[in-house]
Amino acid sequence: MTADIRNWVHIGTLEDIPREGARCVKNGDMTIAVFRTAKDDVFALEDKCPHKNGPLSQGIVHDGCVTCPLHNWVISLETGAAQGADEGRTAAFPVRLEDGRILIDLSYSHEAV
Amino acid sequence: MTKQKLVIVGNGMAPGRMLENLFEKDRDAYEVTIFNAEPRVNYNRLMLSPVLSGEKTYEDIITHGDDWYADHGVTLHKGARISGIDRQAKTVTSETGITASYDKLVIATGSSPFIIPLPGKDLDGVLTYRDLDDVEKMLGAAKRAGRAVVIGGGLLGLEAAAGLKMQGMDVTVLHLMPTLMERQLDPAAGFLLEAEFKSRGIDVRTKANSHEILGDDAGRVRGIRLDDGTEIAASIIVMAVGIRPSADLARAVGLEVNRGVLVGDDMRTSDPDIFSLGECVEHRGMCYGLVAPLYEMAGVIADNLLGGSSEYTGSVTATKLKVTGVDLYSAGDFSEGDDREEIVLRDASAGVYKRIVLKDNKIVGAVLYGETSDGPWFFDLLKKGTDVSDMRETLIFGQAYQGGAPLDPTAAVAALPDDAEICGCNGVCKGKIVATIKEKGLTSLDGVRAHTKASNSCGTCMGLVEQLMQVTLGDAYNPAAVTPMCGCTHLGHDDVRRLIKSKELKSIPAVMQELEWTTSGGCAKCRPALNYYLVSDWPDEYADDYQSRFINERVHANIQKDGTYSVVPRMWGGMTSSKELRAIADVVDKFNIPAVKCTGGQRIDMLGIRKEDLPAVWADLGKAGFVSGQAYAKGLRTVKTCVGTDWCRFGTQDSTGLGIKLEKFMWGSWTPAKLKMAVSGCPRNCAEATCKDIGIICVDSGYEIHFAGAAGLDIKGTEVLGMVKTEDEAIEHVAALAQMYREQGHYLERIYKWAKRIGLDEIRRQIMDDEAMRKAYFDRFVFSQKFAQVDPWSERVSGKDKHEFKPMAVLTKEAAE
Repeated sequence: MTADIRNWVHIGTLEDIPREGARCVKNGDMTIAVFRTAKDDVFALEDKCPHKNGPLSQGIVHDGCVTCPLHNWVISLETGAAQGADEGRTAAFPVRLEDGRILIDLSYSHEAV
Repeated sequence: MTKQKLVIVGNGMAPGRMLENLFEKDRDAYEVTIFNAEPRVNYNRLMLSPVLSGEKTYEDIITHGDDWYADHGVTLHKGARISGIDRQAKTVTSETGITASYDKLVIATGSSPFIIPLPGKDLDGVLTYRDLDDVEKMLGAAKRAGRAVVIGGGLLGLEAAAGLKMQGMDVTVLHLMPTLMERQLDPAAGFLLEAEFKSRGIDVRTKANSHEILGDDAGRVRGIRLDDGTEIAASIIVMAVGIRPSADLARAVGLEVNRGVLVGDDMRTSDPDIFSLGECVEHRGMCYGLVAPLYEMAGVIADNLLGGSSEYTGSVTATKLKVTGVDLYSAGDFSEGDDREEIVLRDASAGVYKRIVLKDNKIVGAVLYGETSDGPWFFDLLKKGTDVSDMRETLIFGQAYQGGAPLDPTAAVAALPDDAEICGCNGVCKGKIVATIKEKGLTSLDGVRAHTKASNSCGTCMGLVEQLMQVTLGDAYNPAAVTPMCGCTHLGHDDVRRLIKSKELKSIPAVMQELEWTTSGGCAKCRPALNYYLVSDWPDEYADDYQSRFINERVHANIQKDGTYSVVPRMWGGMTSSKELRAIADVVDKFNIPAVKCTGGQRIDMLGIRKEDLPAVWADLGKAGFVSGQAYAKGLRTVKTCVGTDWCRFGTQDSTGLGIKLEKFMWGSWTPAKLKMAVSGCPRNCAEATCKDIGIICVDSGYEIHFAGAAGLDIKGTEVLGMVKTEDEAIEHVAALAQMYREQGHYLERIYKWAKRIGLDEIRRQIMDDEAMRKAYFDRFVFSQKFAQVDPWSERVSGKDKHEFKPMAVLTKEAAE
């Protein structure tokens, strides 16, 4: 076992998010984009593209990535890292699915390195 | 040495296998007593589907008959449900009053079908699909014919549906999710499965939510009603939506139970003398409903009963659908992920789809459809964690094809039937082209054009004709390279558009399967393009996929750099009124809209609106009569006009009136790229019609129609299409031109680029000279508009896509810390 203390917060259910879509969760000043893939996997990223802060929640979700609606950067849903030739990383938060309930841990993220 | 006493509660497949393992190791260690609630010996539950379909009988599927129990000295109490366990005295008691004492107890109570709590669930004729009693009830119903409705498009539901169909019933499958067996299959394979079931005459309805089961006065099922109001008459309803572990007995006697009976890696429950296995247990958070994990658990318990220390560490599972004639295999985990790679093989002619998911050069998941003989090989590589880097290139072709040839890019064309239309302009089919190539010994594209007229007009089918030549002539012909639509396919836009029509593909998964996409779900480039092509080609049948649309078209406003939106209401022909302007002013004040601007297309743009406010903004605008200006659409944007004969001393025609008529006729239509129009009342051209996608210049003698102008990235004056005499003719020609562009344009290709590709003369010939063709284009445009002219703003004010406009959750400080 690791010594990490996890702080899971229930934010809604799988059915709240359309397949290949996203919804937002507001946490104070920060907005978190919660994505659901075609295979019903769920990922959470800060709703900010590393390029020009575009709202990733508004992008097209495909093959484990989201394409930012502002300038078409492609961001990995799992790690938050920009794909291809672009460089940058958005904070990604751990997500757990329990019987269709979505829990995220905002105390912990793979921050920009 | 006195034997220890082993009592088993339940007589399913798991304890059967456990006893076999136990007796193999030590025939004499235990005196065994089994209590079974079912009045039968042990049979192979996996084979219920062949019994239902009539391919096997009950006797064929018995695994342990009465003789086996007698031979092994096992006491079997049939029809004896256990009602209590005394853990202090170590005894069990059945409802039939039999008490037995134990040294070790095994709980194997299995699972029970999940019953959806619908009104009418208790009616006579509502069945589940779990044991032989259920099968017998279904067979009884099948004798009376009629329709069976199966709720659940998973493994069990589909097997039940196929069996009932083979027994002569009409069958409808209702499935809540968009694709069948979504837990085991990705959407592409789910689509193939759905097509196969439909071809067998089984009515499959996805996204179907059951509302109520309907009964007659005698308390028998007569049908079912769905949430959307649809009623389906049925004589039986089969619920096959899943199972839940039967853990009531364990819970009642105080064992630790979560979803199922909790066991550790040694398969012991919270009482060390009580083991549990099968579908009733929960191990490391997992409950299993497949047979392979049950067998692994059986081996572990058998060893531990004899003083061993075996551990069960969980199972990776594989699924095979047991419907004769359907080959389907799925194993492991095939979800998407950044650290994963996938290899996809599609063979449209053979109906084959294979997908392997790799992580760190190891197989973690596999889905096979149509050809599953390599399933066990892939599963074996998966379980062993074999590094497959050396055979990556040929892995997907299977074990026998190590070192096989690469994919043939012409396979999709080769698979077309002879009567598939290749050239839409001249109505030439594949059979005619292939036959002519052979008869005349043709070797060049020009030769094929001369003898068949294929690709002789607009030329969009050229790529396909070239591929046909390659298929027919082999290596003797080398077609010009086609630029693929995106990295997911080797086909160009023209090829994809022609194949969508000739193969009648009507959904994105259908296109990806039949045209052999190399990724499972497409990308942000091809999905919006395919969505447009399908909307354009099948306006009445295709269900728009919003998740494949760019955000502006999904929320009907224009996203700005800070994530806010701008909103442009429609002002027909650029005309407005004091009432409209007042309403706009009120909305600007009420929602603190920071910027208001006049656009180049004679509209008013309100910028900086928060997404959450959009529906309320639209509601207020709607009350003043405004509809969406579609300033965000790859579709008809604006028709700009001058004031024409109404006011202008030079005006020759009612340019404002014509502009309004055109806009009211054409609004809502989707086009490959944005479409901007203008009508000027005289050659002074105050509406700047000669740099628009389509423009009209009014003159004394009629209307000069222009097209293919540009005033953006490129600057280009329009070309003249031709002259017409009346307003009605002008509208007909403009709509026909727009329809031709709608049908042939590549996604995101503006009309001037399309015109350059097709040729101005060809466009003039089809629209100006060929009356029949023009009328056909016009009629298709009119038909499409029947489905396109719905105001998206009022739809959303009425509640459509509510989820788009509000956050899923707002966390308070306390919750987050």
